[in-house]
Amino acid sequence: MPPLPPTPPAAPSSLTSKLRPLDLGGEAVGVRFLGQVALFATGNGALVLAEAGEPRRIAAHRGAILSVAGDARRVLTGGDDGRVVATLGDGSSTTLAEQKGRWIDAVASGPDGAFAWSAGKTAHFHPVKGEPKTLDLPSTVAGLAFAPKGTRLAIAHYNGVTLWFPNAVATPEFLEWKGSHRGVLWHPEGKFLVTTMQEPALHGWRLPEGAHMRMSGYPSRVRSMQFTAGGRYLATSGSTEVILWPFMSREGPMGKQPTMVGQRDMRVSAVACHPKEEIVACGYEDGMVLLIRINDGAEILLRAPAASPITALAWRGDGGAVAMGTEDGKAGLVIL
Amino acid sequence: MPDVQTDKIPVTVLTGYLGAGKTTLLNRILSEPHGKKFAVVVNEFGEIGIDNDLVVGADEEVFEMNNGCICCTVRGDLIRIIDGLLKRKGEFDGIIVETTGLADPAPVAQTFFVDETVGAKTTLDAVVTVADAKWLKDRLKDAPEAKNQIAFADVILLNKTDLVTESELKDVELRIRAINPFARIHHTQRSNIAIDRVLGQGAFDLERITAIDPDFLEGGHKHFHDEEMKSVSFSSDKPLDPDRFFPWIQELVQREGINILRSKGILAFKDDPDRFVFQGVHMILDGDHQRPWGADEARLSRIVFIGRQLDTAALEKGFRACIA
Repeated sequence: MPPLPPTPPAAPSSLTSKLRPLDLGGEAVGVRFLGQVALFATGNGALVLAEAGEPRRIAAHRGAILSVAGDARRVLTGGDDGRVVATLGDGSSTTLAEQKGRWIDAVASGPDGAFAWSAGKTAHFHPVKGEPKTLDLPSTVAGLAFAPKGTRLAIAHYNGVTLWFPNAVATPEFLEWKGSHRGVLWHPEGKFLVTTMQEPALHGWRLPEGAHMRMSGYPSRVRSMQFTAGGRYLATSGSTEVILWPFMSREGPMGKQPTMVGQRDMRVSAVACHPKEEIVACGYEDGMVLLIRINDGAEILLRAPAASPITALAWRGDGGAVAMGTEDGKAGLVIL
Repeated sequence: MPDVQTDKIPVTVLTGYLGAGKTTLLNRILSEPHGKKFAVVVNEFGEIGIDNDLVVGADEEVFEMNNGCICCTVRGDLIRIIDGLLKRKGEFDGIIVETTGLADPAPVAQTFFVDETVGAKTTLDAVVTVADAKWLKDRLKDAPEAKNQIAFADVILLNKTDLVTESELKDVELRIRAINPFARIHHTQRSNIAIDRVLGQGAFDLERITAIDPDFLEGGHKHFHDEEMKSVSFSSDKPLDPDRFFPWIQELVQREGINILRSKGILAFKDDPDRFVFQGVHMILDGDHQRPWGADEARLSRIVFIGRQLDTAALEKGFRACIA
C-alpha cells in the first residue's frame, strides 16, 4: 500500500498517469472490490469486472441495476427486472431471489452471508439457514442496512427508520423523524444510525436512546456517505467540499462544526473512505477525483475533470486501489 | 454506446376521473406507430394492453417537504422511479405518469420543481386531463378531485362526445371554461386524438409561454360561474415595478398558495426591454426573463390565477398596486 506524501506538496500531486480508463456502456450505479477485482454495476444491467487485462462484462440483469451491496465474498445487485443477483469475483452469478414485475429498490448484505432486499413496501430477510422472512412497512422502503453486530436491519422509509430483528420475536423498533428518508448507514460500532433525506440534510439517531441528530446546511441532496476507518468521521457528498461530521465523542456531531476538505467550485457527488487510514476519495460532479488526507487536507489528483459526475467510487479492501465510475458510463481504475 | 442525451426528458401527466378514458388514451399513445418509446408510470397494473418493459407500478406516495412550505407535497415514489428510469436514459423518448382517478395533480407537478435531479434531467411537459362528456357535470358537483383535475389541466380531452347531444356538449364545455379558461380542449370519442396534441405541449416551458388568452366563451363564465373554483385574470398596459411585484406575488403565494392551483403571467417591467414570464403551482413559483418585447408588440402585462375561493377584488387591487 503506497503511503501518501509525508508533507503536502506545493503543487497538487497527480496520479492521473496511473488511471486506467474503462468503458462501462451504461451509467455507473455502484462499484465494489472483491479481492483484486473491481466490479462495476451499470444502468444497463451489466456488471463489468476489471483487474488486469481486458474487462469482462456479465449480463447480470435484464434492465437497470438499481442497488448494490456486498461483502468480501460477493456483490449483491437488485434490478428493475425484479431479481436479486449475487456475483463472485470469478464472474459467476446466481439469482438469489425474484419478484416478477417489481423493482428491487434496495439490497443489503448481512452477517455470515445473510442478505436483505426490498420491493415496494415489503422488506425481505434471507438468513443463511431457514426460511426467508418479510416485514411490511407503512411506505416504500428506500434504504436497507444491517447493523455491524447481530442480526438487526435498519429500514429507511417515510417518516423514519424501522429497526427490525428478523431472528427475534421482538416488535420492530421505530425511530421517527418526519420526511422522506432514503439512504441509511450504521456507525461501525453501532452507536449511531444516519439517514440521507429527500431534503438536503442528514438525520441521525444516537443509539440505543434514540436522541436526534440533525445535520443540515447542504446545497443539494446527499447521495453518498461513508464512515472513515474507525468511525471518527462521517464523510458526505452534496456540497462543494467533503463535509466530515465528527463522531469521536458519545454525543456525535451535535453542537460541533464539521471538518471540510477538498473545496472546489464544483459539488462533491461521491465519497469513499480508505479502509484503514483517515483518507477520503472524493468524486465531483465534473468527473474529477481527488484523494484527500483529512488531518491536513493534502490532495492527490486521481482523475482530471471531464464531463459527467462521478456516481460510483470505492477503495480496494487493502487500500491499494481506487475504482470510479461516471453517470455517462466511463470508469477508471487506479492501482496506487 | 449509450446515447449522450443533452435534452431533458419530457414528462406528461395523465389525469382524469374514473372511467373517463385515461387508459384508452394511454394505450393509444403506446400503440400508435409514431416511432417513439415511452416509459410509463401506472397505478394499476394489467390495464395496459401493450407489452412494454418500461411500465412501472407506482404507489402514489405523497409526503410533505420539510421546507417551510405548508402545501408543498410531492410524490416520493415518483422521485425514486424517475431516478431509476434515468439509469436507462437513451432507451425512451418520454415519460408518461398516469395518476389514479382520485388523485390531485398538484403533488405530481410539484415533484418536478422540488427535486433537483428530477428537475435537472426531466421537464414537466403538460397535465393532460381526460373528462367524460356525459358525466363530468355531475362529477364537478360531487367530486372535488374531478374539479382539481380540470382546474389543473393544460390539455383537456372532452371524451365520449358521442354519448351527448350537441347542446349537452356545449353546456359541459362552458362549465369547464368557468373553471379553466386556458386549457386546450379537444373533443374526442374513445380518446381518439393525434398524439402531437397531447404530447410535446411545453405547457410548463417558460420559453413557450407566448400569450395568455383566456377563452371566455360567449357569456359562458357568467352562466356557469363556479363559486368554489374559478380563474381570474388581470392585465395592464402600464409597466409594472419589479420591486413591488415580486414581494407581492411571493407573499401572495405564501399566504394563499393552498387555494391557488395554478398561476401564470407575462409581465412588462419598467426600464426592462425583456418580457418576464412566470408560472406557479400552489406556492412554487418559477420565472425568468424570456425575450425582448417586439418593436410592434403591445407591452401588455397579464396575470392569471386558477384556484378556490379567490378574492378577485383583493387580487386585482394587489396587481394594480404593482404598476410603476
